Amino acid sequence: MALAGLREKPMDRLCLLLGEGRWPIDIIEELVIKPLHSGDIYASFQFRTQWDTDFLLGSKVSHYRLFPKSLGQVISKFSVRELHISFTQGYWRTMQWGQPFLPSPPGAELWVWFQDTVTDEWPLEVITVMFVSYSCSVDLAWKELTNVLSGIFCASLNFIDSTNTVQPSASFKPLGVGNVTDQRFLRYAVLPREIVCTENLTPWKKLLPCGSKAGLAVLMKSEKLFHSSFHSQALHIRPVCKDWQCKSTSWELRQTLNVVFDLHTSGQGKREWSLFKMFSRTLTEACPLASSSKVYVDITDNPQGELFELSPATPLVSQAVVLGDGRTYSVYDLTDHATFGQTHSLNVLLRWRAAEREMLRPLLHGERYVAGYGLQTGEIHTLVYNNHPYRAFPVLLLDTVPWYLRLYIHTLTVTSKGRDNKPSYIHYQPSKDRLQPHLLEMLIQLPPNSVTEVTVQFERALLKWTEYTPDPNHGFYVGSSVISALVPSVVAMDTNNTQERPLFSSFFPCKEESTYFMRIYTEPLLVNLPTPDFSMPYNVICLTCTVVAVGYGSLYNLLTRTFQVEEPSQGLAKRLANIIRRLRGVPLLT
Amino acid sequence: MGLLSDPNRRRALTNLLTRLNAPICVVCYLAGVMWFMGLAFEPFTLRTYMSENAMGSTMVEEHFPAGERALATGREFAAHKKKVGGMPVNWLVKTMESRGLEVFTQSFTRKLPFPDENKERYLVRGTNVYGILRAPRASRTEALVLTAPCSQGNANNQAVGLLLGLAQYFRSQVYWAKDIIFLVNEHDLIGMQAWLEGYHHTNTTGGDWSPLHGRGGSIQASLSLELSSDVITSLDLVLEGLNGQLPNLDLANLFHAFCQKIGVLCTIQGKLQRNDWESTSGYSHSAQTMMLMVLKQASGRPWGDHGLFLRYHIEAATIRGINSFRQYKTDTTTIGRLLEGMYRKLNNLLERLHQSYFFYLMPSLTRFVSIGYYMPAFGLLAVILLLRALDLWVQLGASAPGTEDGLAEREQSPSSPGVLSILTPVVISHMTGVALYCLPVMSQEMAVQHFPVSETEAVVLTAIAIYTAGLALPHNTHRLLQGEGTEHGWRVLKLVALLYLAVLLGCTALINFSLGFILALSLVPIAAFITPHTHKPLSAAIMVLLSPGCTLLYCVLIFQELQETPVSLQDGWMLFLSVISQGILDHSLYGSLVYPLLALLIYPCWLLLWNILFWK
Repeated sequence: MALAGLREKPMDRLCLLLGEGRWPIDIIEELVIKPLHSGDIYASFQFRTQWDTDFLLGSKVSHYRLFPKSLGQVISKFSVRELHISFTQGYWRTMQWGQPFLPSPPGAELWVWFQDTVTDEWPLEVITVMFVSYSCSVDLAWKELTNVLSGIFCASLNFIDSTNTVQPSASFKPLGVGNVTDQRFLRYAVLPREIVCTENLTPWKKLLPCGSKAGLAVLMKSEKLFHSSFHSQALHIRPVCKDWQCKSTSWELRQTLNVVFDLHTSGQGKREWSLFKMFSRTLTEACPLASSSKVYVDITDNPQGELFELSPATPLVSQAVVLGDGRTYSVYDLTDHATFGQTHSLNVLLRWRAAEREMLRPLLHGERYVAGYGLQTGEIHTLVYNNHPYRAFPVLLLDTVPWYLRLYIHTLTVTSKGRDNKPSYIHYQPSKDRLQPHLLEMLIQLPPNSVTEVTVQFERALLKWTEYTPDPNHGFYVGSSVISALVPSVVAMDTNNTQERPLFSSFFPCKEESTYFMRIYTEPLLVNLPTPDFSMPYNVICLTCTVVAVGYGSLYNLLTRTFQVEEPSQGLAKRLANIIRRLRGVPLLT
Repeated sequence: MGLLSDPNRRRALTNLLTRLNAPICVVCYLAGVMWFMGLAFEPFTLRTYMSENAMGSTMVEEHFPAGERALATGREFAAHKKKVGGMPVNWLVKTMESRGLEVFTQSFTRKLPFPDENKERYLVRGTNVYGILRAPRASRTEALVLTAPCSQGNANNQAVGLLLGLAQYFRSQVYWAKDIIFLVNEHDLIGMQAWLEGYHHTNTTGGDWSPLHGRGGSIQASLSLELSSDVITSLDLVLEGLNGQLPNLDLANLFHAFCQKIGVLCTIQGKLQRNDWESTSGYSHSAQTMMLMVLKQASGRPWGDHGLFLRYHIEAATIRGINSFRQYKTDTTTIGRLLEGMYRKLNNLLERLHQSYFFYLMPSLTRFVSIGYYMPAFGLLAVILLLRALDLWVQLGASAPGTEDGLAEREQSPSSPGVLSILTPVVISHMTGVALYCLPVMSQEMAVQHFPVSETEAVVLTAIAIYTAGLALPHNTHRLLQGEGTEHGWRVLKLVALLYLAVLLGCTALINFSLGFILALSLVPIAAFITPHTHKPLSAAIMVLLSPGCTLLYCVLIFQELQETPVSLQDGWMLFLSVISQGILDHSLYGSLVYPLLALLIYPCWLLLWNILFWK
């Protein structure tokens, strides 16, 4: 629809192509390729659309230009301040792949900060309800928003309801500008069972300024993207500073897509990667609407080319501080025609020379599992590893557990190095059956070089028979725990916001030089609940009822009655004789 | 019930039951045994069929090509095993990593309560090595397990080789939806127990293991592979697990379906399928197969490494390659293809296996007897106990109004024998049971000091000594309390014993039908007909011959006979002794419940009956 808008205004398009700065929308696209030690390869796409307008405060906006109209309308209608949504298929293997640029849990994750004002677009009856409380109005907006997003992204976000929505008090702070941190305006939900496939990718691609017609987006062939070890697509909308003075805000829409290709299945075991091998496409042009379009290849471990060989060679090298570590990247600038060479296409080729394979020791790392056996109780264990040799740092642990696992919160223990580790902050919100999940948030100090174990016991509830999901013996999902931390960094972090930086290094705002923000997700859990045998409920019900009725009835009879021997009944002849005698008025026979 | 609410008819019915009690009991017993033997008759059994839709209708293709390479890996493994003199941990880790798995190790230590002479081990130290194949785009919620034990000597090298070959092949496939864990466990069941307890973070038997660092979520199914030769003639399926638990029947069906598809001879209990059910030999063949299953299940011990998985509700079976003198041989590639097919089907599962039966007996791989068919056999035996109890109850009720005549007048005061006179024998019997349960292991050191025997022998012989000593206990202690034992007294005691036995056997049969049935077969006759007035020496001899200990001896002998490895009485006795020590070890190592059940409940119950025989 953005392109349709353009067709009506050919002049504007011309301005854009000429690169004049009058256009209030800035578009950047990026692809980062990171060869991983395991032989796999990590490709991360980032597209940023920044729009210098504030349609929440200003007058009604009807023309969205290159900003996707469907999202713009959603933001203004539901007074959204920040919106973060991700769809992930697979689990990020921290031990083999290191940290991702943007973490996301398996399944669908949605968290939204709402504005603290009420817009006047609401129908009257809704507004009257809103006056009752903010929280209520936010709940209403949240419910509608999830349904609308469900339609936009073709996903089951409509399954988000009060039983899986929480309001974390500390783990999810706004990432954009603004000072509202009241958790009443925050909603967070995860659907761990959500399956992500091409039907979610297509609407996501349609939101890109060039669609999948030009630029980096031509690489996104779904049959290749879903032939991988990990696939995650996300969308983040937030208000950011317009310039370094930060006098006014602009809206940032960031679309990211992360894929990890597997050495053994996609790479046929050969340690050799190229754009064509990964995506079955090569790059031929940048998106004409983008002001910057670059491909980065991480060559930090490969300064002299002893680990792998990169072709075609590029003179451009960029330094960036990513996740607490200084990295070096080879850069291919797609807006420069020289990049494509004589073949008019760019096919970045990476050939490994050394076969290296080792488990990484990421600084922060989490694990979770269910312990115990049987269908009555169990125990959730969450392990948080701090592999820093001498620095302790605090982490925020967020656990959302559905109501049908009844947590015994008095059994909560936190131990590090065999000793009790008392959390300095605990926020616990107990569950309500069929209404709200357990929410447990803790601030834990991780000692250096340690494993911290958080355990809590639970009891499995017996559901009503209509509450079971269609495949009850598959089990029930418990969403990932979220571990948020300020991790000590190896090199000084870049706190200067004015400097132009690659997109992948500038998502989480950074306030201190010595630490950087990191969020990791643990595995979701699959828990079996006691499940009735659904194959013959009718037979069972009938049989049980019959047995109970017959058995109980007669036993009750036997126990409560007193029995007496009855006189033997008279014969037929005698009875006849008695009737005649009664008529005649003579004494009856006995 | 209308029958009972009419006092006349009720009286008639009880009269009938008391008058014809003995014949009815005999008929019930014979009918129970007949029913049980009839279960093996083919027309009375059902054909197996695949219940799980996710496995039944989907087709998979098998392409595993690398059997020869797997054998070469197996030989390499054997060489390293020999060099290290145990589990070649480093080599395994390196090999699994080079195949693209995430590899982890777990070390464990276990001190046995007394030395295991069969396997020659006392203080066990070992390491399990496992590699996880991470399924692409899966979120670590479900896993399948393939295990191969690293045994001593030359056994099982081919299994490990095939496991590694399959790992390599599976790694390059794209269709996995569940993580696959390849586990090589040391010291067979002890290692398996350590790994499973580590995986589920439980500790039921007090072992010492290091925690696991890699997991794949909830395990859906598991197969254990035992293969000791390069070519095989047939594959044997082992189902019986800890405490007589069985995996879902669909797992056996899956195995059978793939054996048929690929053309591998498959057996259960080492016995081939036969088609001549009309003939006597055909019937006796399937009866033998079923009896073997019953005996194995009754033993309550895991008959393969899969047996411990069942506790965690993980469907598991052991597949054992057998190389006999048959002409037609199957190579490793074919076995690999069979396993590939099975894993691909298990990978297709949406829910864990639950559609088919969990309680069944198998007279052959294509036939099964479900719980609804075999339970009546036990029911017929158990009803004898209830009939006898009813008879006693009526007799006791009748003797109370019998005090009207002068003869019984004297008995009236002690006619309701105090709780004490019943309680004393019950308590004494159970104390003996507790002694039988605790003393053998506790007093082994003392026994070794005073007698020239090894620890294992000491434990077994102490158990037998306590068992025998229980017979000589002063069983008439109630006389000290109450004077002369009364007719009434033994009747009440017997009533208690009968009901107690009925409850015990009923509960046992629900959990482990085979054990319950075998115990009922030997205990019900003596429980039904024992009185103080029978011919003492003869009855005593019969009682001893039908006691739980002797039943165990018969079971050992019959088992050997059915396995076509008959033993002499001398060897049988030695085997009997080792079975006792194995039973005690199984209890303390894996938590098998047969030994405590026999020592703490069944044996005291039998002692109560013994007490009645010598009632004075």
